[in-house]
Amino acid sequence: MTIRFAPGVRLHHDIARERWVVMAPERMFVPDETALEVLRLVDGARDAEAIIDLLAAKFAAPRAVIATDVQAMLDDLVVKGALRA
Amino acid sequence: MNAPLALLAELTHRCPLHCPYCSNPMELTRASAELTTAEWARVFTEAARLGCLQVHLSGGEPTARRDIVEITAAAHAAGLYTNLITAGVLLDAALMASLVAAGLDHVQLSVQDADPAGAERIGGMKGAHARKEAAARIVRQAGLPLTLNAVVHRQNLQNLPLLIETALAWGAARLEVAHVQYYGWALENRDALLPTREQLDAATRLVDGARIAHRGRLVIDYVVPDYHATRPKPCMGGWGNRFLSVSPAGRVLPCHAAESIAGMEFANIRDTSLRDAWENSEAFNRFRGTAWMPAPCQGCENAERDWGGCRCQAFALTGDAAATDPACALSPHHNLLAEALGEAGALTFRYREFG
Ligand code: SF4
Ligand code: SF4
Repeated sequence: MTIRFAPGVRLHHDIARERWVVMAPERMFVPDETALEVLRLVDGARDAEAIIDLLAAKFAAPRAVIATDVQAMLDDLVVKGALRA
Repeated sequence: MNAPLALLAELTHRCPLHCPYCSNPMELTRASAELTTAEWARVFTEAARLGCLQVHLSGGEPTARRDIVEITAAAHAAGLYTNLITAGVLLDAALMASLVAAGLDHVQLSVQDADPAGAERIGGMKGAHARKEAAARIVRQAGLPLTLNAVVHRQNLQNLPLLIETALAWGAARLEVAHVQYYGWALENRDALLPTREQLDAATRLVDGARIAHRGRLVIDYVVPDYHATRPKPCMGGWGNRFLSVSPAGRVLPCHAAESIAGMEFANIRDTSLRDAWENSEAFNRFRGTAWMPAPCQGCENAERDWGGCRCQAFALTGDAAATDPACALSPHHNLLAEALGEAGALTFRYREFG
């Protein structure tokens, strides 16, 4: 299933503070580095598998290890209301 | 000095409603004195460079401006997260589609009461409630997230359960239940708006229960009234610390109510940059940090938590904007709140209008 941002949620480059923030209705949060790697690959077209493939390639890590981490991260971001799967 | 996170853009004071607690100043700015589209675009670019991440497009009624779509597009182009704070009565599907295309991120819609007759009496506009319901549908159909904002007080708190139902029925993901804050128009109408202790306690219990009952479906933000408090609110997260506001006529304010403080001078975006106003203007520096604080705030362990409360409320109640907010039990003026509560109970409003 494709992963996309929930309505009104987007990743935003906070240039003044040199960081990325997730902007959502009436709130914002600063994702940690792992979450940021995942969020930057959310384009509304990729599914979890595609995101895992890209990260496994990028970090030259075993796919199974990456898969577990990324899936947990995605689940967490869905619970937080930032993403929809 | 911190960089601001959010800008409140008060695009106009024009509004078809006449809420007796309106947060606009008593002296409303006329259309002829409003900033132009290009001036707002400059404000947004400068706000983003200064560090703002989001802009609240507010008023008055922001959609009363014919250039609201261009203004929204300019805010989006500047890289700001855009939130439209509207009464909804001027919104139709065509305008909504244009706003979405312009990059609007979120809509906050106000309701004056849950039952149409009450809502129309409080807002002073016939037919408003049905139009708001239609506006909520239009926002949801456009795929935008919706927050419902309900200002609550003595004359509508009995309908709080219905307001929560309304938020669910209209498809809002968030509900703000905000007790009236008393300066400007609301202070004029204080006797008609102040809730009783029983009303407040019942409301707080209701909100607590509803938060649990609707978890995962509806988030409820709750703003309590100062008049029953013993500690003040950390107003604006500190004066000149996170937030700035630009008035319809271009004045750069540390808080949207700051013009209620007599004798304060504000920089105007027509003569200066937003950065210069934020960093160097007398209005922003006057109450920044804690050095300006008199006793009992000076040296108090809460000074950097609540910043001594609200400057506008301190001025409104004591005549001294540097005084400790009387909402604090340590303030020598704390008794003023109990006195006001004792006098409350009026039924009629003085409606907000152009003077
Ligand atoms: S509080 Fe009421 S009168 Fe004031 S701007 Fe909002 S809708 Fe209009
Ligand atoms: S004395 Fe001032 S700083 Fe201390 S709690 Fe009261 S308002 Fe806050």
